[in-house]
Amino acid sequence: MLSIENLHVSVGDKPILKGLNLQINAGEVHAIMGPNGAGKSTLSHVLSGKAGYTVTAGSAIYQGKDLLAMEPEMRAREGVFLAFQYPVEIPGVSNIYLLKAALNAMRKHNDLPEVDAMDFLALVKDKVKLLEMDDKFLYRSVKEGFSGGEKKRNEILQAAILEPSLCILDETDSGLDIDALKVVASGLNSLRDPERAFLMITHYQRLLDYVTPDIVHVLADGQIVKTGGAELALELEAKGYQWLEEQAA
Amino acid sequence: MSASAQEIENLIGQEYKDGFVTELEVDTFPPGLDEEVIAKLSAIKGEPAFMLEYRLKAFRHWQTMPEPNWAQLNIEPIDYQAISYYSAPKKDADKPQSLDEVDPVLLDTYKKLGIPLDEQERLAGVAVDAVFDSVSVATTFKGKLKDAGVIFCPISEALQEYPELVRQYLGTVVPETDNFFAALNAAVFTDGSFVYIPKGVRCPMELSTYFRINAANTGQFERTLIIADADSHVSYLEGCTAPMRDENQLHAAVVELVALDNAEIKYSTVQNWYPGDENGVGGIYNFVTKRAECRGANSKVSWTQVETGSAITWKYPSCVLLGDHSVGEFYSVALTNNYQQADTGTKMIHIGKNTRSTIIAKGISAGRSQNTYRGLVKVAKSAENARNYTQCDSLLVGDKCGAHTFPYVEVKQPSAQVEHEATTSKISEDQLFFCQQRGLSAEDAVSMIVNGFCKTVFKELPMEFAVEAQALLGISLEGSVG
Ligand SMILES: Nc1ncnc2c1ncn2[C@@H]1O[C@H](COP(=O)(O)OP(=O)(O)O)[C@@H](O)[C@H]1O
Ligand SMILES: [Mg+2]
Repeated sequence: MLSIENLHVSVGDKPILKGLNLQINAGEVHAIMGPNGAGKSTLSHVLSGKAGYTVTAGSAIYQGKDLLAMEPEMRAREGVFLAFQYPVEIPGVSNIYLLKAALNAMRKHNDLPEVDAMDFLALVKDKVKLLEMDDKFLYRSVKEGFSGGEKKRNEILQAAILEPSLCILDETDSGLDIDALKVVASGLNSLRDPERAFLMITHYQRLLDYVTPDIVHVLADGQIVKTGGAELALELEAKGYQWLEEQAA
Repeated sequence: MSASAQEIENLIGQEYKDGFVTELEVDTFPPGLDEEVIAKLSAIKGEPAFMLEYRLKAFRHWQTMPEPNWAQLNIEPIDYQAISYYSAPKKDADKPQSLDEVDPVLLDTYKKLGIPLDEQERLAGVAVDAVFDSVSVATTFKGKLKDAGVIFCPISEALQEYPELVRQYLGTVVPETDNFFAALNAAVFTDGSFVYIPKGVRCPMELSTYFRINAANTGQFERTLIIADADSHVSYLEGCTAPMRDENQLHAAVVELVALDNAEIKYSTVQNWYPGDENGVGGIYNFVTKRAECRGANSKVSWTQVETGSAITWKYPSCVLLGDHSVGEFYSVALTNNYQQADTGTKMIHIGKNTRSTIIAKGISAGRSQNTYRGLVKVAKSAENARNYTQCDSLLVGDKCGAHTFPYVEVKQPSAQVEHEATTSKISEDQLFFCQQRGLSAEDAVSMIVNGFCKTVFKELPMEFAVEAQALLGISLEGSVG
């Protein structure tokens, strides 16, 4: 589904990703772990098309297409979804309004008719139940006055409605208490699908206790320095990142 | 003759009579303005003598006035002697014969707003035969209003049918000496709307110029007078969300509202005149004087405006709160793009005791436009316990535009409470990227963010107006993001 080869990315003159390689197939759940500042968020931003990053070498092929050449909204419509580490606020825009616009933009792209308000509401209510969220949630302005946990849950709700092919989650576990973490994890598990891949970026093992990854990568200093199974995450939890960084250097 | 034959006869007779009125040919006046022109205008309109006197008084005063030049505006000088002050209604033969002859840019906008075809024809000024449907709508509408005792007609008709009523109120809120453009309007206005809601009547429907026959082409000096008698209620919609075909460069309208005891007037405007092209060429100069007097105790006037059109807008819908416990409200969205300039706001003049006013003004600037809020809250010595709340928010799209806020406050009564909040924000890259990451184009994202910003004002608009206003903002912002 996604094939990243020798990806080099800079911000200004500063190289951040330095030859990153990654293969993700449909149905797989990948975790990327790594110390702060390793370039994890940078990777998620470059894949989703945020401005401000320069790709100096390498490629990312997504479903046979040159991902890096596409506009951010086209990537989204083609099924690349990013759950943000720091979700932004849009005063006055209700959650449900944004979601409906997003879903219809996607459907239009796929030559499907737009969903009307009634059908949309029914769909959303289903998903809300799935994530054990409150209906009230839908009518509030996007993330205004949401707690940290609610913001993150909301990102997962958006994924549940938009049904992406590639779901990138940037530190979705941070700022969640244990109950919220369990809810988010069960939401994610319910989204697991043979047609869908996950790229979970996380600093800690915590989330991986509830959403078991197929493959774990360690990102340090702009490169994948180690790849293993779910047990690698446990090893990292015990030993920290230091030994790997030293190994890489 | 059978009854039905008689009806047919009447109908034919009526049509003939109406036809005769429309066919009556009056040439367009040559450019220029003097007392003779005004006398001729008044004569053509068949006005009562007091109107001619009123117009001449206004004209004489106007001649002594310097053109205003204090607003944050950059105005090309206007040659008032180069304007024609009366033009006969267009003959069908001179109108576009079908939509094929209408500017495609205009049609494109109509399409985006989802305006039905026959409506597009009306807006674009296409010569259409009286569509049976719209005639019957207008007739039912008129009947309903008549049953309620509501008067709603062109002001020129009111001057003939109800001269005393017009005389009693005309110019009492905006005197002909008020300002340069109000004086000019008083001297030369050709038409506009007149509304009278009798005591205790709740107007059975929203009044809109849309339904008024001959609403189009009222010309550049429009005059509106609305009187809500004691315990009455009316909601009036001005304009239309679609741009009207209009050949006038200068618009100098005057709107006067009078609310008596316990009466309430809600006045909603969507102004979308031609703003000029993306290089700032062309466009309407919109200089409007709108003022309401809350004369009665517990009366209330609420202005809601969405201003997206015109090259230059200069407009301050105001409330004079005379009656004790009277309430004035002003909700405004002013959006400027490209080279547009808007200088708009309100005046709340508190005179009665316990009077309250609320001002919510949202300014959006994009492109190279300049957007100014200018407001005055004045509390007279007599206005014990007066209260005002003002909130002014500016949103910048891009970094070549400007937003300016000038809130003036004059308080002469120590018990008054006046609160002011102001914010200026930019659409952040993070907000834009977030929306794009959810599949929205940059333009749709900006339009959504702007609509969210305007939400507190849009919820004051009548439902169907609000929906269209949202679509309109999106269209007006086109090209504002790279
Ligand atoms: N916009 C930026 N400008 C300058 N440096 C940046 C910018 N974004 C990220 N960086 C730098 O790039 C490195 C990687 O950051 P990031 O991708 O956020 O790491 P992580 O998510 O793994 O903690 C850090 O050293 C960070 O300071
Ligand atoms: Mg990060």
